[in-house]
Amino acid sequence: MSTGEVVTPKPAPGAGMDQRIIAALGSGERPPRASAVNSSLTFGWRALLKIKHVPEQLFDVTMFPIMFTLMFTYVFGGAVSGSPKEYLQYALPGILVQTIIFITMYTAMTINQDIEKGVFDRIRSLPVWRPSLLVGALLGDTLRYLMASTIVLVVGVLIGYRAPGGFVGVIGAVGLLLIFCFSLSWLWLILGLKVRTPNAVMGMAMMILFPLTFVSSVFAPPETMPGWLQSFVDVNPVTLLVEAARGLMNDSPDGGDILFVLGASAVLVVVFAPIALRMYNRKS
Amino acid sequence: MTDLAIETAGLVKVFGEMRAVDGVDLQIPAGGVYGVLGPNGAGKTTTIRMLATLLEPDGGTATVLGHDVVREAAEVRSRVALTGQFASLDEDLTGMENLLLLSRLYGYSRAAAKARATELLAAFDLGDAANKQVKAYSGGMRRRIDIAGSIVVRPDLMFLDEPTTGLDPRSRNQVWEIVRALVGAGTTILLTTQYLEEADQLADRIAVIDHGKVIAEGTSGQLKASVGSGAVKVRVADPADRSEVARLLGESLGAEPVLESDPASVSLRVSDPTAVAGALQRVGDHGLVISEYSLGQPSLDEVFLALTGRPAEETQEKEVPA
Repeated sequence: MSTGEVVTPKPAPGAGMDQRIIAALGSGERPPRASAVNSSLTFGWRALLKIKHVPEQLFDVTMFPIMFTLMFTYVFGGAVSGSPKEYLQYALPGILVQTIIFITMYTAMTINQDIEKGVFDRIRSLPVWRPSLLVGALLGDTLRYLMASTIVLVVGVLIGYRAPGGFVGVIGAVGLLLIFCFSLSWLWLILGLKVRTPNAVMGMAMMILFPLTFVSSVFAPPETMPGWLQSFVDVNPVTLLVEAARGLMNDSPDGGDILFVLGASAVLVVVFAPIALRMYNRKS
Repeated sequence: MTDLAIETAGLVKVFGEMRAVDGVDLQIPAGGVYGVLGPNGAGKTTTIRMLATLLEPDGGTATVLGHDVVREAAEVRSRVALTGQFASLDEDLTGMENLLLLSRLYGYSRAAAKARATELLAAFDLGDAANKQVKAYSGGMRRRIDIAGSIVVRPDLMFLDEPTTGLDPRSRNQVWEIVRALVGAGTTILLTTQYLEEADQLADRIAVIDHGKVIAEGTSGQLKASVGSGAVKVRVADPADRSEVARLLGESLGAEPVLESDPASVSLRVSDPTAVAGALQRVGDHGLVISEYSLGQPSLDEVFLALTGRPAEETQEKEVPA
């Protein structure tokens, strides 16, 4: 396989390497231990670097929201609300919520890949504040959620969505959504730590996410559903999240819904964060 | 130096029904290389993971550099480094980014981290590949960046888990050189390997592990001596002569000849190497032609066979996913 390249002679690799390694070792004074904030931010930086090197991972973040928004608006819009335009007004806050909630499962995928590749073990053998890997990963994910939210909103506005709640209402809805997703991510961390392969994680996450997002008020008003289904829809936290977001974006914020979402987020963190941290520390 | 870098007593780890590590006692002196040798699935990696505080033992105790691995895990972590098949770098990031990441996590400031990463890349001959993603590295480069990542802060003890598995001979020699350099600079190394030659080359002392238990311990010379003082290998010019040569050598040396799978080779264990010359002379006197012969210490392969009743290389059980 001759490529005709001119090969410049180089010193044999490894020549004098041992001397240089001893020199590099010798100068290794011990810096002060990294603070919890610094190590968490460093892991967040790693998440950004991964986005830079593997831009494909942004495909889901960008394509799914656009696809969902267009598909649901034009496929179901006429049937559900009479016209796509009216349906968009109803459904966009729901599509926003659904898109971001779906993206949360990548938290599980990322941690699972780290375990599979051995990065996890390397990191856990370091003298750093142990939860910083998890916190940093969640910080990186939050950035992803923010990007996806922006895309959904921009596409929505382009095809005619107008938020009566204005900029403040939209920011409020996105903020609430990020809080909920950050809290939900602890559940995904548990899944990511527990399940053996990234593919299995994906499968399990889908099984949880599809019913949770579709059997809610995301795409259709619950009043049109059979009673037995309504009773599930009404207690589904996603419904309440969608209602709270819808209220904020429609300039009719419902304090009860918002409080419920904040409460549910707190419960998610209080219940799942200690389990995730415990599993992380004892992961075998 | 009589300090112990690692001391374990009755260390046990159970995965479900399987006792992956089943009462391991080790006394590993500080300084030098200590080899843990065993086939796949013997419990080497599980033992290391417990010593590196990644896994809590189900029984027994272990102290690393004087600190208990369970109660003083943070102390242990600040003084050891782990490199190997199962403790790796992020292959999506570049070599430089990986070292920056580790330097920052060890507490270096941004500027100091940059200087440290550059210094390490140069020391390990990776300067040219600094801005390439680690997944594009060759096997040898990969292992070098892994080791570089482990000495960002000089560790007192380094765990090297099968550092040369899957490497070509040149890269393997480089890794060996690095290991010797680290030892020269005063780091204690605990090395696991399934290659007998590697343990023979690098390790000052060796523990042989099989089915989660230490079945032998000592210097390479001691382990070999426990099998016999050496072996003579003879290759005859004409395979038809082999049985006659085997018989003559067996008589002269008072040992049982072993017919090798090579139809022209025969080997015998000898207790008195000085008798070999006479025995070969006697074969010549009978008009039989020997094309090659060698006299050497038993290889660790033979040691392993003698200790476990099976050769080291043929036990390809699957490693317990830990």
